[in-house]
Amino acid sequence: MIYRVKDLRLSFADMARKPLVGRAPRIEVLKGISFDIPKGAVLGIVGGSGSGKSTLGRAMLRLIEPDTGKIEFDGVDITHAPEATLRPMRHRFQMIFQDPMSSLNPRQRVGTIIASPLRLQGLDGIGARVDEALDMVGLPRSFAKRYPHELSGGQRQRVGIARAIALRPDFILADEIVSGLDVSSQAQVLSLLDELVRELGLTLAFISHDLSVIRRLCSDIIVLHHGEIVETAPTAQLFNAPQAAYTRELLDAIPLPDPDQAWA
Amino acid sequence: MNGYLTVKNLSVSLPNGVRILRNVSLDVAAGQVHGLVGESGAGKSMIGKAVLGTLPHKIEITGGEIWMDGVDLLKLTPKERRKKIGAIAALIPQDPLTALNPSKRIGPQITSRLVEILGWSQQNATARAIELLEQVHIPDPARVMRSYPHELSGGMRQRILIASAFAAEPKLIIADEPTTALDVTVQKQILKLIAHMQARHGTALLFVTHDLGVVSKVCDTLSVLYAGKIIENANMRRFFTRPIHPYSRALLAATPTYTNPDSLLTSVSDEIVEGLANEIHYHDIRNTL
Repeated sequence: MIYRVKDLRLSFADMARKPLVGRAPRIEVLKGISFDIPKGAVLGIVGGSGSGKSTLGRAMLRLIEPDTGKIEFDGVDITHAPEATLRPMRHRFQMIFQDPMSSLNPRQRVGTIIASPLRLQGLDGIGARVDEALDMVGLPRSFAKRYPHELSGGQRQRVGIARAIALRPDFILADEIVSGLDVSSQAQVLSLLDELVRELGLTLAFISHDLSVIRRLCSDIIVLHHGEIVETAPTAQLFNAPQAAYTRELLDAIPLPDPDQAWA
Repeated sequence: MNGYLTVKNLSVSLPNGVRILRNVSLDVAAGQVHGLVGESGAGKSMIGKAVLGTLPHKIEITGGEIWMDGVDLLKLTPKERRKKIGAIAALIPQDPLTALNPSKRIGPQITSRLVEILGWSQQNATARAIELLEQVHIPDPARVMRSYPHELSGGMRQRILIASAFAAEPKLIIADEPTTALDVTVQKQILKLIAHMQARHGTALLFVTHDLGVVSKVCDTLSVLYAGKIIENANMRRFFTRPIHPYSRALLAATPTYTNPDSLLTSVSDEIVEGLANEIHYHDIRNTL
């Protein structure tokens, strides 16, 4: 198992309901989440807005610290590990963000953006690694000299992917990485990710609200609703025989491009 | 020309001469829903903005006619045009978070248009707003009228914008991607609500969206746009069973659906894009001669 998550709980202070004097009440975002990700798996994490999918992802990468429960990465407990312990491990788990415009520094050239995690990890031969990463995501090497605003949405998302794979991680978390793209660029970015996962033997967790994307890419799916897992199933089973009422509701709500679909 | 809204050979350009819309023609019949589909940058929203007279600064209409309720809007003075549009048309915007003023209560945001532009009494306007909020299934409308936008969820806010759009009984509503910011389960409720309100009020609706799934649920007719040009005008059922233009077929094949996972590996082929480029180039040359 590359990830073992057990009874994970996380809450935020609800500042909107904070009284004038005293502490803000807590909002429980994750209410006891447990699942495992075997090496080489592609796990889909689905749910509506506010279901806690992105919070779960951020906790798994320890961008935020959970309240209680346990997160094990490749046998190491990282639940409350300090940054000094995490830093040497971070090259092994990487993230691709939802919005490539806000996750790429507009003042840096693409080459600098891809190089910065390499530099932080103290690696050498950075130039060659950047070139290699650009090759892998199908962008010309000359793009290293460009700025993010010169690229299309699909190309920017490729830069995000290049930055994540340049470190040769074991695990990548992709958080809604195609939701801002047109259908035709969506198709290209997903095919690319699919190829890379197989080529590099990556383990992938793919967060999305879009079940068609999840179905195409993932071997197993967990469905989140209000901070709890309502269903865990292999992909085919989830689509053919959804068990939880919420999963069925989610599937029924998707408008298919078919005038005859019953949509009551 | 039998539509309630008829756009004829409409062209819209940037100051440097780049054309955003190229001789666009379409009809929206009274009581019908017409979809405008295309990838981002195709000019879908620009058509809606041109019709409502809300084009961004320096983007101008360079040719064509926009007939609304039997009048060519472009023949009117700007003042007459605004008055005409304000009296008969309304907008349901894309983003319910930015479309409402965060520092004002919901009530005045719905009633101010009725009072200030249409000259209703405050009392009538308030009664009307409460009636509309009930129609869009908002529980306890009197309380919601006193709320601020941040106290309400995205779905609630979109319902309020729908209620607000229908408040003055407009004959034409332009909905610009009204559900893109929402979750699928909320999207379903909102689409059904828009369809229900449209049928109940007999409004002509121009529905801008990039999602062909949504089109197949709410539209009677549709136009497919590419690079500011209408590629195909079609009846909805005919479009989904027999799309004519190769680009329409490619767009349908590339629409991701969970029932057909392979659709996600299909993108519009270079061959089709090249064909479209030639078609548009030819069109531009023919129109400059």
